[in-house]
Amino acid sequence: MKTKQTDLSASQSSYLAARKKERRLVLFFRIAVLVLFLVLWEWTAGEGIIDSFIFSSPSKILTCFLSMAADKSIFPHLSVTLYETIVSFLLVTGISILAAVLLWFSRKLSAVLEPYLVVLNSLPKSALAPLLIVWLGADRTTIIVAGMSVAVFGSIMTLYTCFTGTDKNKLKLIYTLHGTSLHALTKVVLPSAVPAIISNMKVNIGLCLVGVIIGEFLAAREGLGYLIIYSSQVFKMDWLLMSIILLCIMAMVLYAVIGLLERLCRKVL
Amino acid sequence: MDTILSINHISHSYHTLKGETPALYDISFSVNQGEFLAVVGPSGCGKSTLLSLISGLLQPEKGEILLHGKPIEEQKDKIGYMLQRDELLEWRSIYRNVLLGPEIQHSLNPEVKKRAHELLDAYGLGQFQSSRPSELSGGMRQRAALVRTLILNPEVLLLDEPFSALDYQTRLNVSDDIGQIIRREGKTALLVTHDLSEAISLADRILVLSSRPASLKTTVSLHFGFPKPADDTPLNRRNAPEFKTYFNLIWKELNQHENQTD
Repeated sequence: MKTKQTDLSASQSSYLAARKKERRLVLFFRIAVLVLFLVLWEWTAGEGIIDSFIFSSPSKILTCFLSMAADKSIFPHLSVTLYETIVSFLLVTGISILAAVLLWFSRKLSAVLEPYLVVLNSLPKSALAPLLIVWLGADRTTIIVAGMSVAVFGSIMTLYTCFTGTDKNKLKLIYTLHGTSLHALTKVVLPSAVPAIISNMKVNIGLCLVGVIIGEFLAAREGLGYLIIYSSQVFKMDWLLMSIILLCIMAMVLYAVIGLLERLCRKVL
Repeated sequence: MDTILSINHISHSYHTLKGETPALYDISFSVNQGEFLAVVGPSGCGKSTLLSLISGLLQPEKGEILLHGKPIEEQKDKIGYMLQRDELLEWRSIYRNVLLGPEIQHSLNPEVKKRAHELLDAYGLGQFQSSRPSELSGGMRQRAALVRTLILNPEVLLLDEPFSALDYQTRLNVSDDIGQIIRREGKTALLVTHDLSEAISLADRILVLSSRPASLKTTVSLHFGFPKPADDTPLNRRNAPEFKTYFNLIWKELNQHENQTD
């Protein structure tokens, strides 16, 4: 599998060159799509083909961002949404691993709780948000709980399914070495579930962001979700579109951080 | 020779919602100290169940299993079990795979670690200690699995078709290899297999089981006329004239029963 860089055959190096060319081409078209979209948007808005009051334009969005960055009014919104998303994501990760471990230990408990998890998972979580506001008040706790509620049930179910799918023969190995089910958990179930836990985290970070934005729509005085609702009410489309673009960037960065964690885990394991 | 393990009138059934499946019926035999015993029988006759019972993974419904005359439950740690596949954990190096048993039994100390290195060296895995299991060949993986079992110093070694997952050529080499290691370590071993030639090439004595529910059909003691004990290797046995005789004898026993059930 491992070939040294120095002594490559002609066919191997031409294969590698072709691959490299293909990768560059994909990257080029990716950037081209974005640039084309932005140019077309800017041009049609400038020519009056589309109504720039409703559709805004890339340059207006950029100026809007720069002015809000200059008077520092954008940063509280960004940091609040980021903070709420990260806290709810960490709580979801911890709680779902813990809950899945408990369910794995007790077949009876999982049999009893299964229908409840299914119902809670398929319930549209945005329906819970008004309830949470009444119960917990219109503050950050509510928004964090709203963020968690979107991800946590599905996450528990995914991890539990993954844990119970552990290779039976590997578990038998632990028992033939006279280990207990705690040994089976720590030596086999959890280590073999690391890739699944990380891919589950990738799903969760996106879902938590969805939940946090839903929460901010309903019960916040700051945050990108609040900014979106507020600007739609006062028809500031530059603000609205800027918030959406900032959300895109935030989602990408969070996803990339977990991708980094994944690569780190692969190296260690 | 001293009896180390006695199996007395063991019966066992599996229960599901659809009904009861008897696996073993009234099986009795004993294993002597240092003996290599093979158990053969048709596929799915309950051979693996027998090993699960002896290792204490399952409790027999009837009968008792005694090690040194005492019930097996209190001395499970004297039984080593080698599974059908090597089951090496990919996220651990070979060395750390070998230490899995001591880790679980909280007996991990410098002495055990030293012994792990010695055993790996002795069985040709010295330079692969820090390799991942996937970097090793099938035969080497199976040897690593044997070292993982031996590090716990079991008095009785249970082998559950440990070569069945290997291709034919590797299989001959590895069974030769592992057979000799077990003899060198002076272990008492109980091999379960459906491969007659494997059983004849390795064992001192062969138990023949009937198909499910398995009961003891007959026992065959193997004697090969090798002038020197060192010549008594699995490969030499396969070429010895006695091999064919034993093969036909046991083959007849197995098929006789198959025809009865058909």
